[in-house]
Amino acid sequence: MEAKSKTTTTETVISIRNVEKSFGDYQVLKGADLDLYKGENLVVLGRSGTGKSVLIKIISGLLTQDAGTVSVLGKEVSQLNAKELLELRLRIGFSFQSSALYDSMTIRQNLEFPLIRNKKNLTKGEINKAVETVLDAVGLMQTINQMPSELSGGQKKRIGIARTLILQPEIMLYDEPTAGLDPITCLEINRLINEVQERYKTSSIVITHDLTCAKEVGNRIAMLLDGQFQRAGTFDEVFDTDDQRVTPFFEYNFIQ
Amino acid sequence: MFLELYRVHLFITKFFKEAFTPPFEGKEILKQCYQVGYKSLALISLTGFITGIVFAKQSRPSLAEFGATSWLPSLVGIALFRTLAPLLTALISAGKVGSSIGAELGSMKVTEQIEAMEVSATNPFSYLVVTRVLATTITLPILTFYTAFVGLLGAFLNVTLSESASFSAFVQSFLESITFLDVIASTVKAIIFGFTIGMVGCYQGFNSSKGTEGVGKAANSAVVIGMFLVFMEEVIATQITFMFRT
Ligand SMILES: Nc1ncnc2c1ncn2[C@@H]1O[C@H](COP(=O)(O)OP(=O)(O)O)[C@@H](O)[C@H]1O
Ligand SMILES: [Mg+2]
Repeated sequence: MEAKSKTTTTETVISIRNVEKSFGDYQVLKGADLDLYKGENLVVLGRSGTGKSVLIKIISGLLTQDAGTVSVLGKEVSQLNAKELLELRLRIGFSFQSSALYDSMTIRQNLEFPLIRNKKNLTKGEINKAVETVLDAVGLMQTINQMPSELSGGQKKRIGIARTLILQPEIMLYDEPTAGLDPITCLEINRLINEVQERYKTSSIVITHDLTCAKEVGNRIAMLLDGQFQRAGTFDEVFDTDDQRVTPFFEYNFIQ
Repeated sequence: MFLELYRVHLFITKFFKEAFTPPFEGKEILKQCYQVGYKSLALISLTGFITGIVFAKQSRPSLAEFGATSWLPSLVGIALFRTLAPLLTALISAGKVGSSIGAELGSMKVTEQIEAMEVSATNPFSYLVVTRVLATTITLPILTFYTAFVGLLGAFLNVTLSESASFSAFVQSFLESITFLDVIASTVKAIIFGFTIGMVGCYQGFNSSKGTEGVGKAANSAVVIGMFLVFMEEVIATQITFMFRT
């Protein structure tokens, strides 16, 4: 399998500078710098607990950094008022690690929810059409009337992705999209992430510790080590090293 | 401890702020009211009815000693209406509704559903918390009146078993013993109980810790703290209404 290559644009959609974040005495991010270029899939690698989820929660305004700047689509997230933050969030899709489907709602209601809540002037027909379009995009049309509890882990992930796609976001944030899935389902999710990139022209950050996923979807890879992004580049560039903190990832994933 | 109180204070302040800012979630509030009523109705009916029967049966001999069995409807009525109905309804709702709110919001929190709502640009506080607290606050007074009525039915049933009596006369004599102050006091009390139950359930659920364990703890504390506060409020409310009576 060939790793993907870098995209050619250098127009940034997310720009993170010197971001710090602590919980109590524990400093998770210690001056992280990262750029996301328009149209690319940027994979963020790092061990559990290194602050990957914290980082994308800061990007979507769920958490606020202690220091540094996070600019998304030209706006400094921590400076936005409630209404501006709302508008920005409509342009960002967030796929949660646990899928986060509303388990009291059917799949159809899950998918409708963001639309009904945010686009009050849509007709019933337009909503149905949008729901069917995203369901088709993730290949799960048959589940439309089921409850989330009836779906497999991989299916939930896809529906979670579909629910964010329905607002046609410009940016996608995937938090460990393949964690806990079997290898074949992982490949399907990887393919879906690439399809979303092409079809919806999104710029994405994909958090993972799965190197197959990183290689297959990532135009660039950035490694979060000790609260900073210390290595960034194509897959081959990042792993062409003897750094003891980096090599175990590679060994674990490919030399079993 | 003080930090916790401060957080509770913030939570309640936020409730009042969000409750009065649009968008208002009318449909969702109705749905939640229905849930509250539906969840407690069976148990409340049973408890209210049995309380009525038992209370009438227990007090009858004492009253008979003084030849005052005709006071039974007003005695039962006052006890039911002033204290038993609001308290029983609140305790049962704290058990059934409070725990289910705690568990529901707790599991939504743990599985990131609340954050998902937030990033899809819906304010989870107004959509989840405000609706549920308003629902319990609105529904509890209604349920309380219902409990009083069912209890009265139970008491009447007990009476008719030993003597023939007309239900309308029974109700008549109950109504005569109830004052306007009683109606106001019981309604206000039920509103406060409802608010408390909803608030405690939501607070526990919304702040539940990560992991499935957190969900159980949220549901459990919702019941325990809810019931405790209801008892405290009952004691205080009784003191206050007595001040008004004298
Ligand atoms: N809301 C929070 N409150 C306190 N600590 C948190 C919170 N979110 C994350 N943390 C801590 O920050 C660290 C990084 O978490 P996270 O970003 O979820 O790691 P990961 O890289 O595995 O996604 C962990 O030690 C976690 O316990
Ligand atoms: Mg994580």
